[in-house]
Amino acid sequence: MLRISGAEAFVKALKREEVDTVFGLPGGAILPICDALYDSDIRFILARHEQGAAHMADGYARASGRVGVCLATSGPGATNLVTGIATANIDSSPVVAFTGQVPIPMIGTDAFQEVDIIGVSASVTKYNIQVRRAADIPWAVKAAFYLASTGRKGAVLVDIPKDVQVSVEDMEFPEKVSFRGYRVQEEPDPRELDWASVLLSRAKRPMILAGGGVISSNASRELVALAEALMAPVATTLMGKGAVPKDHPLYVGGCGMHGTGEANTLLAEADVLLVVGARLSDRTTGLVKDFSPNAKVIHVDIDRSEIDKNVETVTRVVGDARLALVGILDRLRRIRLESSGDSEWVRRINELRELYVMPEAKGNPHMRAPEVIKALRRSLPRDAIVTTEVGQCQMWASLYFDSYAPRTFLTSGGLGTMGWGFPAAIGAKAARRDVPVVDIAGDGSFAMTENNLATSVEEELPVIVVILNNRMLGMVAQWQRLFYGRRYFGVELGKAPDFVKLAEAYGAVGARPESLEELEREVRRAIEVDQTTVIDVPIDPEENVFPMVPPGKGLKEFIMGA
Amino acid sequence: MHRSLSIVSFLVENKPGVLFNVTNLFRRRGFNIESISVGPLDDPELARMTITVRADSRVLNQIVEQLDKMVDVIKVKRLDPIRTVAREMILVKLQTSDPMAREEALKNINSYHGLILDIDAESIIAEVTGETEMIDEFLKKVSPIGILEFSRTGVTALEKGRLRL
Repeated sequence: MLRISGAEAFVKALKREEVDTVFGLPGGAILPICDALYDSDIRFILARHEQGAAHMADGYARASGRVGVCLATSGPGATNLVTGIATANIDSSPVVAFTGQVPIPMIGTDAFQEVDIIGVSASVTKYNIQVRRAADIPWAVKAAFYLASTGRKGAVLVDIPKDVQVSVEDMEFPEKVSFRGYRVQEEPDPRELDWASVLLSRAKRPMILAGGGVISSNASRELVALAEALMAPVATTLMGKGAVPKDHPLYVGGCGMHGTGEANTLLAEADVLLVVGARLSDRTTGLVKDFSPNAKVIHVDIDRSEIDKNVETVTRVVGDARLALVGILDRLRRIRLESSGDSEWVRRINELRELYVMPEAKGNPHMRAPEVIKALRRSLPRDAIVTTEVGQCQMWASLYFDSYAPRTFLTSGGLGTMGWGFPAAIGAKAARRDVPVVDIAGDGSFAMTENNLATSVEEELPVIVVILNNRMLGMVAQWQRLFYGRRYFGVELGKAPDFVKLAEAYGAVGARPESLEELEREVRRAIEVDQTTVIDVPIDPEENVFPMVPPGKGLKEFIMGA
Repeated sequence: MHRSLSIVSFLVENKPGVLFNVTNLFRRRGFNIESISVGPLDDPELARMTITVRADSRVLNQIVEQLDKMVDVIKVKRLDPIRTVAREMILVKLQTSDPMAREEALKNINSYHGLILDIDAESIIAEVTGETEMIDEFLKKVSPIGILEFSRTGVTALEKGRLRL
């Protein structure tokens, strides 16, 4: 038993969770904790806005698989975290957010910088806790890490009133916490595995759709092994990108609104579809009734509430994705496959792959976004980490940036949070100093959190930002072109700012390449000098992202051009 | 699809914020609550909630799964409609200054096995317990007498025999 303050217990509890980095911004109601952190070896990364701190923690978590931690003061500090918390939670990224709160006697009085962050964050967290006694801090920290990092991972917020941080009490540090209402079923039910295996073994045209759950449960190897055993093509959701190496012959790319032609077509032709660790959102399925209409759907997920939520399944496997895949593989080895390697089906993959090669645009003086992305890929090592902003840049990255390993393609999938990519890249860099980290950005998105250049430079977390600069809110403009008769509203950003000068103002390197070769040179130089670099690449303001499934249409109705 | 009235009963941690989180879940996911009742159990750390909802089977399934996913929800069950007894209570204040009205009120309260909790020169407060439809029927019967105000508890329910939550 230790007699220490709540703040000291807090730092001790973080150390017990092996926290090495905290992203945040201090303020009045979190001062005692900041003072306790002063004496610890935990690295504090100072963001310039709390939203950035939350995205950094999220990027750290996605790149490393460990829990990301962010910290803010009460009131506006706490509410500024909310977008970041929501982004992490919807993408099942393990993030724990700590907020200061006004002292308990002042709660409910509308005190200075008081916000009911428990009420505010309830809908966007997996769980939240307001600590009412200093002696509960060790438990609360342990509980937050436990809930964030088990089962379907997510964001947890812990709100700590200032007097609770100061109060000195006898502290006990629990080894384990449990909740009567929280049970994680990791081990799948053998009968569910039996059913899934029988269905797969009888499939003529089996297909696998892999989501973020495959990455989260480190199941990439097992997924590839299963695909090879079945000779099944594999598509990924946006969150699943990287689960299968791009150069694997059975990989057909992303599916959904901006999926590849081959992935979306094969989904319509498959007779058994194994969905692993995906929640089948509208962007993935298109019009639900036309999503894989000929397939018996088998859904593997650790969150049973996702099964049958959007797409009706024939059978389910509740449990950890990796354990489920191992179980199915074991069974398939015992059952004699009736249709493995159906040569017709495998031939179809290659046929479609050749059919849906995007045509080259001729006579356009601008660098084309897909070519920019490919040039970027050429100049990066295979294991480089890429984050994306949101919008056209994100969909181009999804379509044209080749990823070879899990946790190397990080993107805000569920919430589509503009401004996410840059701070997330800084967080990823804090977790992975050994690889280059690049944010594939648009000018609109980058402008939302560009102030984090200060953090990247001052904290020596050098990342490379490649801006596909069309001086537009490009995706909105694309929709206005395609579906609103080109009536541009609120999408033209003009010339400001000059991103090269902006980078330089922060002490970062700025560059504006005029050719793909120059771009490759700039990227290589940025890696070599290991400095924060903003590469501003002007592109055609009216370039569209294709293929695209128009909203409300089935996946097969994708268009290749306007 | 058929949207019948269903009863979902569940055990929760009996602590501040849980009722908020439950109702917040219903609001956020667009599930409509017809009635809700809550009370503590013999273990003071637990409470039992009973919610009636009008939903088709798919939505009902989601309600059960989403509730079950909540950290503070310990056990959830959709009660079997044909093997469940369900009751709610109403307190109703009737305008009875007219002797004829008073007689009519007493007759109705009696025939619905109600209790009289308070009587004064102008009004009667009665307590009636029964299935929701019966309470609705009772209200319809006494409305010509003159209802001054009433308050219903919402449905509470148990499954029969061996069935347990």
